[in-house]
Amino acid sequence: MIHFDTVHKAFGPKKVLQGVTLDIPAATSMVIIGGSGTGKSVLLKSVLGLIQPDHGTITVDGKNATQGDRDAFLARFGMLFQGGALFDSLPVWQNVAFRLLRGSLKRPKAEARDIAIEKLRRVGLTPDVADLFPSELSGGMQKRVGLARAIAAEPEIIFFDEPTTGLDPIMSGVINDLIREIVTEMGATAMTITHDMSSVRAIADNVAMLHDGVIQWTGPVSEMDTSGDPYLTQFISGSAEGPIEAVR
Amino acid sequence: MNLLITPLAALGRQTLAVLSRLGEVVIFVLSAFSHIFRPPFYRREFINALFNIGWLSLPVVGMTAIFTGGALALQIYDGSSRFSAEAVVPQIVAIGMVRELGPVLVGLMVAARVTSSIAAEIATMKVTEQIDALTTLSTHPMKYLTAPRVLAAILVVPVLVGIGDVIGIYGGFLLATEQLGFNPATYIRNTADFLQPNDIYSSLIKGSVFGGIAALMGCFFGMTSGRGAQGVGQATKSSVQAAAVLILAANFLLTSLFFAT
Repeated sequence: MIHFDTVHKAFGPKKVLQGVTLDIPAATSMVIIGGSGTGKSVLLKSVLGLIQPDHGTITVDGKNATQGDRDAFLARFGMLFQGGALFDSLPVWQNVAFRLLRGSLKRPKAEARDIAIEKLRRVGLTPDVADLFPSELSGGMQKRVGLARAIAAEPEIIFFDEPTTGLDPIMSGVINDLIREIVTEMGATAMTITHDMSSVRAIADNVAMLHDGVIQWTGPVSEMDTSGDPYLTQFISGSAEGPIEAVR
Repeated sequence: MNLLITPLAALGRQTLAVLSRLGEVVIFVLSAFSHIFRPPFYRREFINALFNIGWLSLPVVGMTAIFTGGALALQIYDGSSRFSAEAVVPQIVAIGMVRELGPVLVGLMVAARVTSSIAAEIATMKVTEQIDALTTLSTHPMKYLTAPRVLAAILVVPVLVGIGDVIGIYGGFLLATEQLGFNPATYIRNTADFLQPNDIYSSLIKGSVFGGIAALMGCFFGMTSGRGAQGVGQATKSSVQAAAVLILAANFLLTSLFFAT
């Protein structure tokens, strides 16, 4: 379980997180929604230590996320970045098998390549993609490779940062379905941040809405449409009228 | 009163910003060196850096050195002929290339070619979240990106300087023997007899220091780059400026250290 306890983060005068408290139960898929610039990515990166919170604590299975062996901690996570964040200088298979080629999870090169090709297949890519470079792939293919990299070491916890941004609706649907299938079959804990409501419905077990630096609403995805929360209702409907200011 | 305080406050802010940046550089440099000596070592990244910094810099280093050597011979010949001392051309070309022009010009060429490329590459990696991705994949960005490049530059730039020195002297030799009527055998003997081991050591040590500066500045400005295309551009520009100024300053200090009597 991931537990956020009154997490605060400010960048200069801009207070992004102002006391976020949230629980993500193990082996469930939590989707965090909210407008652009509300701190969703900051929240996610805080768990991984990419950003240090100013106050508050984040625990994973009861252990403080900022303490202990970093390598062992990070080995439990996989992450799909918004733009893929594939390494331009490496071919696709080495991107996917990056973790398996070095560090504590290191495997023989041939075995790492086989695993990479298997993961590429899992996300719907053929083995001939393995030797291409990221710049030779379309946006949708790059997302799939990013997804294959996120699951290559079979992590317990997977983060998805805006998984469908920049993709057409059909490719978005494909990625959403892949994420849902993979999270279910791996039994992983998933945390996704998005403002794409079709992703929310496809991926989420639970939903949390982040606004004004705090969690405005959280609950099962099945209760999202009937929550009665004015912020969530406005966000779902995409209306300019409501408590969320259209100009931020 | 405000008229007095406002400029003073602005000056104070600027001073604090410069000192803070200087502190960041020092911490970065110490961290980079600590990662060079601590495992894990990324051999493939190190070999790639050796190839990129060393082998791929050879054409620009060679061209710079040969033209500089030729121009130097011509200038020395013209200047020394005013007091009938044309015979010193081989010695002055040799000492000028080995002690000063070879290391400085190679250092500046490396700053232009390598520092800019390292800064742009790492800054782009930062902007596209590749650095964050490295961290999440349990790989320390300093160890994976900075340490191999800095070590490779420290080791390979002296080799470039040595090659540049030889090509520069050869440029002077070609000009002197083909255009100014010097005897080739005498020119070579005078060059070889005049150079001291200390001249060569100082040249290679300067190359090592300049290589380290060039790689460190590229890595530092890349890692601390701002967002977007403007951030990448700014990082690239600042890295080359800083590397060039630091190389020239280090050259003065090293020359004072080696040759001040």
